[in-house]
Amino acid sequence: MTTTESKFQLNGIDLEATLGARDALTEAPAAAAFTWKATSEWVDGTHTRTSFEDFFGLGADQSHRQTFRLDTDHPEVFAAQDNGITPIEMLLSGLAGCLTAGIASVAANRGVQLHSVRATLTGEMDMRGILGIDAEVRNGFDSIQVTYEVDADATREEIEGIVAQSQKRSAVFDALANPTTIEVTVA
Amino acid sequence: MRSTVVIVGAGQAGLAMSRCLTDRGIDHVVLERGEVASSWRRERWDSLRLLTPNWLSRLPSWHYAGDDPDGFMAASEFADHLQAYSASFDAPVRPGVAVSAVRATVDGLEVASSEGPWGCRAVVVATGPAGAAKVPPSASLVPRHIHQLTSLEYRNPMTVPGEGAVLVSGASASGVQIADELRRAGRPVVLAVGEHTRVPRRYRGMDIHWWMDAIGLLDERPDEIPDLDRARRLPALQLVGSEDRRNLDLDTLVASGVEVAGRLVSVDDHHLYFSGSLPNVVASADLKLARLLDRIDEFALAQGLADELEPPDRPDRIRVGRAATRRRIDDVEAIVWATGVRADHRWLDPSLLDRYGVLRHDGGRTDLPGLYVLGLPFLRRRKSIFIDGAGVDAAEIAVDVAQHVGVGAPS
Repeated sequence: MTTTESKFQLNGIDLEATLGARDALTEAPAAAAFTWKATSEWVDGTHTRTSFEDFFGLGADQSHRQTFRLDTDHPEVFAAQDNGITPIEMLLSGLAGCLTAGIASVAANRGVQLHSVRATLTGEMDMRGILGIDAEVRNGFDSIQVTYEVDADATREEIEGIVAQSQKRSAVFDALANPTTIEVTVA
Repeated sequence: MRSTVVIVGAGQAGLAMSRCLTDRGIDHVVLERGEVASSWRRERWDSLRLLTPNWLSRLPSWHYAGDDPDGFMAASEFADHLQAYSASFDAPVRPGVAVSAVRATVDGLEVASSEGPWGCRAVVVATGPAGAAKVPPSASLVPRHIHQLTSLEYRNPMTVPGEGAVLVSGASASGVQIADELRRAGRPVVLAVGEHTRVPRRYRGMDIHWWMDAIGLLDERPDEIPDLDRARRLPALQLVGSEDRRNLDLDTLVASGVEVAGRLVSVDDHHLYFSGSLPNVVASADLKLARLLDRIDEFALAQGLADELEPPDRPDRIRVGRAATRRRIDDVEAIVWATGVRADHRWLDPSLLDRYGVLRHDGGRTDLPGLYVLGLPFLRRRKSIFIDGAGVDAAEIAVDVAQHVGVGAPS
């Protein structure tokens, strides 16, 4: 499957390709097995650089058009250098990107023209968790709030429905809301 | 022993098919492992009432003739209703006969039963939609000292030993009713809420099932809806049938002291883990409810009913949202799995079943010629799994059965 003559339609979403993918993967479930990959290098202190280039899917090795790099660090209030966003903030970008992409796709599927979509995200975290001060306090987010302001050719209920459906089919929403097995080993 | 048709199960579906075959003069027997309406008498909890108003307990040539058509029969009363139906046309029920297999023979089918083999031309499986409880994989991770039971095993608060907190997993009809009953009995209750369908008991003065019937929702056919697989997997409505016609929604339960959490997603020796998607499933249920009520209002307007009806009394949005995603497992003494039921056809040839052990079918026709099934979700229409759907599905499948066994129209 290649993107030879994809026609960009409503909201810039190639609906034909998306629905075609769904049909194709229903017939060939093995092709649906994807592996996302990243490599990261410690730079200095709490500064780490992570690179993204290759991934596996549709039965073959794939590559992004270029190597993407992201720096993460801690801010100055943590006595660090602030060379990049904190790793935990990166999860908010993942969530925003995933939910918003979903909104664009679901809206396109429902024939709704979007004009602007803005998300404001907050994530609460009690530092006593990662600092080991209180065993009852978890390390990660206590909760995340996302507020969407959407300007579209649709009623409020239709927009709410699109936003609700986006959450139902969001990879990052699921990754954050539900447990995921993580295995860390030393080579 | 021989009969033209063997019906397996003497519940509403089996009896409806029996009535249809009787009307067509097709000789048949109804093999029933217990007695008529066995599941209603023996496999439901003590306080269970129908979710649908009594007038909807319509079957071929039979209707509710009691003095409370808008009420909700108790399970035992419905069993009496079926018993009287069976007697009304002297249904050829053979009680105490368990069926263990169906196989093809040279000239038709053979049913293996506890009273011996029955040779026949056709078999209708009508053993009901609740043969087995669905229990999620996390059940096997629950420490052994925590008592677990399913909605099919629950009978009353005493079925759950002890006085400590009970986790009820699932917020459809069974879950909310069991959670409510346990709470009223004084137990601390945590209700784990996944996807569910919220409806009010009444809207604009009429029962919600009256509306669903009137707008044609319950008669929708498989080819009229966008995602049949999804529709077939929809859980029961978050509803109760009770004398006071109350709503049993999440806010009502919270007000009575039930604690609400997201869907139970994982368990280990120390904690129960709940999904953080609770606000989304609650919002989704409210949006879906609004769309249903919009459809009802449009129907009422189009039919010119507005003057006769009470004005639209939209239920408030549910306020439940944020909840702890992790609880100590020692805080819970028992778990009731109200996570769904499915038909259990595993006594039949595995080649005829889907991966869940349920007969594959096309509108009730299975992959084995002459073998039919009734009472599965959205078998032929949205109400296939309701009492009111048993008769209409049976009448249509009886046409197929008649053709298969080589008999013409009713005389």
